[in-house]
Amino acid sequence: MTRTLAPIISKQPFFQGLEERHIAFVAGCARNVRFDEGQVIFREGEAANEFYLIREGLVSVEANVPHKGPMTVQTVSVGEMLGWSWLIPPHNWRFQARTQTATRALAFDGNCLRTKCEEDHDLGYELLKRFSHILTERLEATRVQLLDVYGSSH
Amino acid sequence: MAQAIEHPVPHGPAPILPQPRRVRRLFEETGDAFTLEIEPDDDGRFLPGQFNMLYVFGVGEVPIYISGNPVAHEPLQHTTRVVGAVTRAMRLLKPGEVIGLRGPFGNHWPLHNLTGRDVVIVAGGIGLAPLRPALYQLLANRDQYRRVVLIYGARTPEDILYWDELERWREKLDLEICVTVDRASVDWRGNVGIVSTLIARAPFDPSNAAALVCGPEVMMRFAVTELQKRGVTSDRTYLSMERNLKCAVGFCGHCQYGPYFICKDGPIFRFDQIETIFGKAEI
Repeated sequence: MTRTLAPIISKQPFFQGLEERHIAFVAGCARNVRFDEGQVIFREGEAANEFYLIREGLVSVEANVPHKGPMTVQTVSVGEMLGWSWLIPPHNWRFQARTQTATRALAFDGNCLRTKCEEDHDLGYELLKRFSHILTERLEATRVQLLDVYGSSH
Repeated sequence: MAQAIEHPVPHGPAPILPQPRRVRRLFEETGDAFTLEIEPDDDGRFLPGQFNMLYVFGVGEVPIYISGNPVAHEPLQHTTRVVGAVTRAMRLLKPGEVIGLRGPFGNHWPLHNLTGRDVVIVAGGIGLAPLRPALYQLLANRDQYRRVVLIYGARTPEDILYWDELERWREKLDLEICVTVDRASVDWRGNVGIVSTLIARAPFDPSNAAALVCGPEVMMRFAVTELQKRGVTSDRTYLSMERNLKCAVGFCGHCQYGPYFICKDGPIFRFDQIETIFGKAEI
């Protein structure tokens, strides 16, 4: 019997409500991955061929800031999605991701999914809606961080 | 539905007359935040969430939340940041010097109404100061509550208040502490992101939980939104609001907030009391 990741994927909040055939499509592009503590998952400028759904652990998203060195701009935790550069040309990572703790994740092949999304626009639209939601949340969070609210008196 | 907040009137017969008190000691918390310890009077009691008006003679008077332990008779602790002339002068006070004190003023976190509930404390920046007495009281009566969760956001790791105490509390099995910072170097081992992102994954039962929230108003807006997404209703969410507190007894009107005076009717409000005016720029 062939084991697939479809049952695990369908339970993830990000994929909830997706049609069974689409879950099967997505599962066909997915694999389980593990990273050791301190391991770099991807580096800025490299080809963005995958994205990750964190199942266990904590991952830092880092940017290299001139005169300051690398800074952590965000952390991604259990149930959250890491990486969207696979979706947007030129498909290169804009930041570096490194684990803070040993991490388990589902890795999704970006090329595979992009191809399937082109073939099946219903799947493409569903995934785009879900990623748009995450992008909006992270944009809002970034705006709040930029406000530096703790710098002003409570 | 949780009950409304009681309004004690604990201050003495002359609430606008500062009483001279001696500074016991002053210590730095972060780069710009400090805690001032003042000798209590014979009573020395206060309730979690209340504030005192502290008068640096010759400079001015400001409201500062009481940040110490309400269940221990010890010097009154006040934690604040240096934000103006008064707090700048206050930071230079030495042990034995005299400061004027009025208070305590305001209502308090309604902990007695929350027994049997999960209690979620959401604090941002210096907003942890008025919530620390609530944590002391929760821990002193731990068996009366279900899960107790502290979700705390600061600007950077260096801006985290009460670091040693948080580390000690983190070792407790009956208290969940979730800390995040807005930015950090890669040496920081912990969460980076706004405090509301931790609400989504914090371990509490939203159908039973009550939330106590204090921090900058923008942060509280996002926190309330996330709490509501999780299912914590407005009548189980309490916010500590801040406006320009001057007289602290409802005479001057400087702290008017819609139909309320923050000093007299607050500073703590159940969210459904203020939901229609919360976040409005002109109020």
